[in-house]
Amino acid sequence: MKRIYLDYNATTPVLPEVLEAMLPFYRENFGNPSSVHWAGRAVAGAVERAREQVARLINASPAEIVFVSCGSEGDDFAIKGTADALREQGNHIITTAVEHPAVLETCKFLEKRGFEVTYLPVDSDGMLDIAVLGKAITPKTILISAMWGNNETGALFPIEEIGAVARKHRIRFHTDAVQAVGKVPVDVQKAQVDLLVLSGHKIGAPKGVGAIYIRKGTRMTPLLHGGHQERNRRAGTHNVAGIVGLGLACEIAGRDLTAKMEKVRYLRDKLERGIFAAVPEIKLNGHPEKRLPNTLNVSFAYIEGESLLLNLDMKGIAASSGSACTSGSLEPSHVMGAMCVEVTLAHSSTRLSLGPETTEEEIDYVLEVLPPIVQRLREMSPLYNCRTPMSCEECSIVKRV
Amino acid sequence: MYTDKVMDHFSNPRNVGEIENADGVGEVGNASCGDIMKIFLKVEDNVIKEIKFKTFGCGAAIATSSMVTEMAIGKTLEEAMELTNASVAEALDGLPPAKMHCSNLAADALHEAIKNYMEKGKA
Ligand SMILES: Cc1ncc(COP(=O)(O)O)c(C=O)c1O
Ligand code: FES
Repeated sequence: MKRIYLDYNATTPVLPEVLEAMLPFYRENFGNPSSVHWAGRAVAGAVERAREQVARLINASPAEIVFVSCGSEGDDFAIKGTADALREQGNHIITTAVEHPAVLETCKFLEKRGFEVTYLPVDSDGMLDIAVLGKAITPKTILISAMWGNNETGALFPIEEIGAVARKHRIRFHTDAVQAVGKVPVDVQKAQVDLLVLSGHKIGAPKGVGAIYIRKGTRMTPLLHGGHQERNRRAGTHNVAGIVGLGLACEIAGRDLTAKMEKVRYLRDKLERGIFAAVPEIKLNGHPEKRLPNTLNVSFAYIEGESLLLNLDMKGIAASSGSACTSGSLEPSHVMGAMCVEVTLAHSSTRLSLGPETTEEEIDYVLEVLPPIVQRLREMSPLYNCRTPMSCEECSIVKRV
Repeated sequence: MYTDKVMDHFSNPRNVGEIENADGVGEVGNASCGDIMKIFLKVEDNVIKEIKFKTFGCGAAIATSSMVTEMAIGKTLEEAMELTNASVAEALDGLPPAKMHCSNLAADALHEAIKNYMEKGKA
């Protein structure tokens, strides 16, 4: 069976070059970069080279890069590390309703510890209103945390405008750029961000490594206390192979970024146009233009997302869904909720996310296979082609969630 | 995640559709995730002669709908009332714990359809 991976926003395969570059650090170059002897020295240089590679991709200087274990750790560190360091200045944090759980749950945790958090709403395209951000700022605000690109819809926040507002009010600005890095140009100077988080496994490096950019002079309380690694900002012996992989993946991501973006955008647009031409009664979730070039999120009226995913999977196509039935918590996606997507539509929200390896043949195959699956599931749905309009009872069942 | 039986019923669901002028119709919604199942019955001499379903739900919901229709067909109404959610799940060789609630839809919709038939009879 064909295997078509259209879930690059969930994770990516490790690039062959990246894996090759990592292997020596599990074998002959096994040293601890903190050791003074030959084994340590051989490895310390590699960690510093990786730091330069990461810094170059986001226009930072290497000393501002701290390696962490994943995107979630980076977000936790950014928020908790700021909250603790700036406690005297205030207890108010501004974030958005559509952040990744790594940010939302961290904020909820801080709420239990006496912090106040404002969750900015988004419009039906998942977009933030910059005026609303301005109004949320109080003298007690110590941090604005807003993601660069949304993992579910691909919506791109106006990061430079948010950065300008934050700078004007002298408020620290954190951005979760886990989905943006490697997909669109990311420049910490232009965006005026103070803290930026990225994760290896979204850009062709392995799982379990990431980095946080901490602007020079930004006071942070460490999340992990212990040894003196990373200039006392993050304790723990370095994941040397992972860091080497992250560095190279960042270098590769930066090469011909514009050309790669255009290629993936062409395929995503072809997929989007093809689906809209073949399937009636569907809805695009997320902003039509201000969107990551690889991401397509569509809702198919009358059907449920998990059954669609299973059918696609039987045809070898890997995608993901915002349906309550796939969430584990049985709650529909909080992102769809924040965008006020109608409940049954949120149920069928399906994310197709492309990557650099995606081919035109794969897109053609999806376009051939998907419409009949949707039709078959619709034929099975009590909501489709109802002879009578939905009764109040049906409606209340559907709307209950 | 799902057993072979679940995947079989999910990919080739039995008795999908509606029955025109059905003798009994049952519809239930799932409060936990917002899904809906509808069951249509044709009854003759107290026996379920024909049964069809429509479901808006996950793989487990579709598979349990399909299974419950297979289990109910040919049974007397009393026997069908005794089918439980657990017995449907069991007939599918089990469901993942997070999906047990989906099987609730199936037997409940069947029971609703039978009650609907009985009420009609009284009228
Ligand atoms: C926007 C966003 N932030 C944070 C994360 C968490 O990254 P990690 O999986 O490396 O912890 C993800 C990954 O799912 C993400 O998409
Ligand atoms: S019907 Fe929603 S989880 Fe099964």
